[in-house]
Amino acid sequence: MSLLSRESASVGAVVSADYAAGPSEFFSLLKPRVMSLVVLTALAGMLIAPGHVHPVIGFASLLAISIGAGAAGALNMWWDADIDVLMARTRLRAVPSGVIAPGEALYFGVTLAFFSVLTLAAAANLMAAALLAFTIFFYVVIYTMWLKRLTPQNIVIGGAAGALPPVVGCAAVSGSVTLDSLLLFAIIFVWTPPHFWALALVKSRDYERAGVPMMPNAKGPARTRLEILLYSLALAPLGVAPWLTGMAGGLYGAASIVLGGVLLALAFRVYRVRDGAAANPAAMRLFGFTILYLFVLFGLLVFERGSGVFERWGL
Amino acid sequence: MDPAPRAPAPLTEAQLRNRRRRNLAIGLAVGFMALLFYVITIVKVGPGVFQPMP
Repeated sequence: MSLLSRESASVGAVVSADYAAGPSEFFSLLKPRVMSLVVLTALAGMLIAPGHVHPVIGFASLLAISIGAGAAGALNMWWDADIDVLMARTRLRAVPSGVIAPGEALYFGVTLAFFSVLTLAAAANLMAAALLAFTIFFYVVIYTMWLKRLTPQNIVIGGAAGALPPVVGCAAVSGSVTLDSLLLFAIIFVWTPPHFWALALVKSRDYERAGVPMMPNAKGPARTRLEILLYSLALAPLGVAPWLTGMAGGLYGAASIVLGGVLLALAFRVYRVRDGAAANPAAMRLFGFTILYLFVLFGLLVFERGSGVFERWGL
Repeated sequence: MDPAPRAPAPLTEAQLRNRRRRNLAIGLAVGFMALLFYVITIVKVGPGVFQPMP
């Protein structure tokens, strides 16, 4: 579909979207819940970076990274409006429901992407700005436009975009990519498949109707359950690694061991309980827990590293 | 011969309200961005930015 026909395609029930949307509807295009995770992981990346920056520069960098991630979300909604309208989980989004015209979402996303990269270049450095631009490009072009409708490995490879914010945050402070930031990248990268596939197990009919080859409807639920377990087996020790390398403290270490154990137990339950009324709740429990897992681990990392920064600022 | 262009339909009260809110949000965003770039400049260059060049 060409860009022009995509723009003129009426995907929702409402044809004319002129001024149907207020600021809050445009804000919803940024995927605020995803943005909150980006803020947390990028902040963790900034706090583990060697060196330090002025608080204003840190704030501006974090703002630019989060707006850049939001811009990628808006462009994703613009491109995916034709399949979002077919899925119960996404059909009420602003573009498929007709509240915002596809063209408006496109211009909104491109404008924010441009200014977020520009702001990061001005506030931090060109390395961080280039990484942010690459993150947006990877999410919109490589994942959304190319891989999502092509292969069941879509979210595995596309997960790199979601895993990059700590690397961008680290680069904003230090001007370089460190091994510590790549470790945080690896945690989010390996976390992504069990997170999305747990949801996809429950919503596989939605994805099938939309023609999106997610693992459950492309390779089957059995293969998906096995891969969820394998990725969880990799994620649990990887989550502990920041403590083992000295990047994180004892609180993080204890939490990562406990949370990793719970993650494995839930993933094993998803692998074992395949049929009956308990199968979907087990998958949804794992899905919910993966969100908690990442928020708590990165939250503790921010807490442990952040307290040192506040002391340095005399706060 | 081309038909005469139709006048656009007048906006409803809700559309006018949304347009005002969008304009306000854009104005605030532009103002915030100008302020942010000003503060970034002061932080990066320092107060010397105000001193005349020799």
